[in-house]
Amino acid sequence: MKTSHRVLGAAVAVLAMTALTSCGSGSEPATDGTVTLAFLVDNSQATVDTAKALTDAFMQANPTIKIETETRPGGSEGDNIIKTRLSTGDMSDVFWYNSGSLLQALNPAQTLVDLTGDPVLQHVQKDFLPVVTQAGKVYGVPSGTAMGGGILYNRKVYDKLGLKAPTTWAEFMANNDKIKAAGITPVISTFKDTWTSQLFVLGDFYNVQAAVPSFAQDYTANKAKFAATPAAKAGFDHLAEVHAKGHLNEGFGSAIADQGMKMLVEGKGAHYPMLSAQLPPLVATMPQAATDVGFFGIPGTDPAKHGATLWEPAGLYIPKTTEKLEAAKKFLAFVASPAAAEAVNKVVQPAGPYRIEGAKLPDNAIQVAKDLQAYVDKGATAPALEFVSPVKGPSLEQITVAVGSGLTPPAEGAAQYDKDVEKQAKQLGLAGW
Amino acid sequence: MTKQHAGPRTGPAPAHEKHVRASKQRAAYPYTLYLPAAVVYLVIFLVPTVMAFYFALTRWTLFDSTFVGLQNFRDFFAEQNLRIGFANTLFYAVVTSGLKVVLGLLLGVLLTSRLRLRGFLRSVVFFPVLVSTVAVGFTFSALLRPDTGLVNRALALVGIDGPDWLGDAGTALLSVALVDVWKGVGIATVIYIAGILSIPRDYYQAVAVDGGGAWHRFRHVTLPLSWPATYSVILLSFIGGLRSFDLIWTMTRGGPGFTSDTIASIIYKQYQAGFFGLSTAGNVILFVVVTAIVVPLNYFLGKRQAAL
Repeated sequence: MKTSHRVLGAAVAVLAMTALTSCGSGSEPATDGTVTLAFLVDNSQATVDTAKALTDAFMQANPTIKIETETRPGGSEGDNIIKTRLSTGDMSDVFWYNSGSLLQALNPAQTLVDLTGDPVLQHVQKDFLPVVTQAGKVYGVPSGTAMGGGILYNRKVYDKLGLKAPTTWAEFMANNDKIKAAGITPVISTFKDTWTSQLFVLGDFYNVQAAVPSFAQDYTANKAKFAATPAAKAGFDHLAEVHAKGHLNEGFGSAIADQGMKMLVEGKGAHYPMLSAQLPPLVATMPQAATDVGFFGIPGTDPAKHGATLWEPAGLYIPKTTEKLEAAKKFLAFVASPAAAEAVNKVVQPAGPYRIEGAKLPDNAIQVAKDLQAYVDKGATAPALEFVSPVKGPSLEQITVAVGSGLTPPAEGAAQYDKDVEKQAKQLGLAGW
Repeated sequence: MTKQHAGPRTGPAPAHEKHVRASKQRAAYPYTLYLPAAVVYLVIFLVPTVMAFYFALTRWTLFDSTFVGLQNFRDFFAEQNLRIGFANTLFYAVVTSGLKVVLGLLLGVLLTSRLRLRGFLRSVVFFPVLVSTVAVGFTFSALLRPDTGLVNRALALVGIDGPDWLGDAGTALLSVALVDVWKGVGIATVIYIAGILSIPRDYYQAVAVDGGGAWHRFRHVTLPLSWPATYSVILLSFIGGLRSFDLIWTMTRGGPGFTSDTIASIIYKQYQAGFFGLSTAGNVILFVVVTAIVVPLNYFLGKRQAAL
């Protein structure tokens, strides 16, 4: 009797184990010859619109391939979804994700399909490739356009008050005083969406590398620190200064990015430190967003060296687990072609220049894209720090909220960020930390 | 044994024989019946718990893990906002459980009185408990907005210029704690109603015979005899307060800056940043801290209960 119990018990255990482990994926091949690709994108309006334009145009040209788009949250929540799905082998056939330091954290050598030398890269600009490369291997193609990180400003307000776009921080603050005297909020801040608080620091990197050309390298190697480099600490100082002077909108602590953009477009606020990509989705509901809002890089100390910080476009990647590699590559090749840029231009206004050879901004491009293109043409742009260094502390957005709300002095904020960075570098196991 | 022999005699003899043998092994059921639950327990409770203690000692990226000894615990304790986090967690637990006890008791007394619509009023107090915490968080975020929120508009009617409740470092955590009380006081009330109703009427009659008034009835009968209810409410809401996360995350995300961070939100942010080993170490520490606070509390409160 006892043995039979044991046998039965073992059988139940085995059954239970198989039931628990057999929940893996099993995709069935389509019977009619069409292939369906799963495509994961983040849920920001700009990305969703661009993805829709790309997939619609691609499916029209390739009737045998169907693309089903799914969305995920952005920010660090989205990062975790990507990491979890990659590590469990549950990733969609193609996915949209940041280039630069965030891509490096995905362990691409182990999880992504190597595209080095593949024809899908034939139209990609050479200077984009470093941000989707790890250890000499290329893993992605650019999706969408580059964008600027700096100050979006209301040109109507500037015209009315007879101001001109500043090239130094002192000019910027002088403009703010005049704007405030006219009863308009000088600087919009939206700290409920904590990520928006980082722009004064991250968008200042053009000035940092202009003053200290080796900063990115030394910073990655644990030799340069924000708190000990005056040019790098300036971003924290700026944040504290606009708050101390009372230039922020009322209720900045609980305002969100959408409210901030609305204030800017309606002219209730004059400046908004922001990414240019926030603008195109607004054009549909507020057409004046295309013409009334302009862009300038965060001003530094030397007017002769004025420039702008550029965010490289995100990339499209293929996980090693896909069973539809050929179709996925076909889609990537299309996305990285001038035809894709044309298809996108018809639906979404580009927020900056493309990274594809032969792709052009449309003639009716929005003002911020034109302003940004002017910086690019002048050669006065630098990629943001996160594209030239894998080191980026996760708590920057909380620290910048604290500094920008007057809770933490800027020097202390910069030192806190240095500690935060150290923690991340240690967790990533980087050399020299 | 005798009882089992006195049981039904209709079954066939061998089955009866087996039954006796099983009872000799002191198990109420054959092992096969325990197995499914045991497998579930092992696979989804025991194994992850043991693994958590292991991964807390590693640098873990989900793709691979390196053993680093106690480094994660060192890093976690070096976390610059840990002290704020601990202080906030304790503040939050004390404020929410304290207010839930006071309000729960008062509402319990009110709702056990001879009110018209008593049943309806009881369910109204309980409704917020049934609503999803995330929905409550979003709703109150809108209500507490500085310019357009209902709360500040109402205050403006009586001439008060309300603060930016969730965006101001001074009021953020307290605002979330008060919303937590609103949401959770229903459970405390229900526990108190049950506790008060179980007090025998005789005591109240005795107070009346001795010439005691309403205050005496409350102070010397209701309050001491609802102690078991108080005990449950304190314990439940204190544990809830210590590991509170969802409401804080939906309403302030630990902000502005780090001013409303609790241990749970610090751990979550580390998880979000991809520091999986580090955040697992944080969870192990949270587990130890909650145990260290709750076990003595349970012992102390239990002793008082036994004394009654």
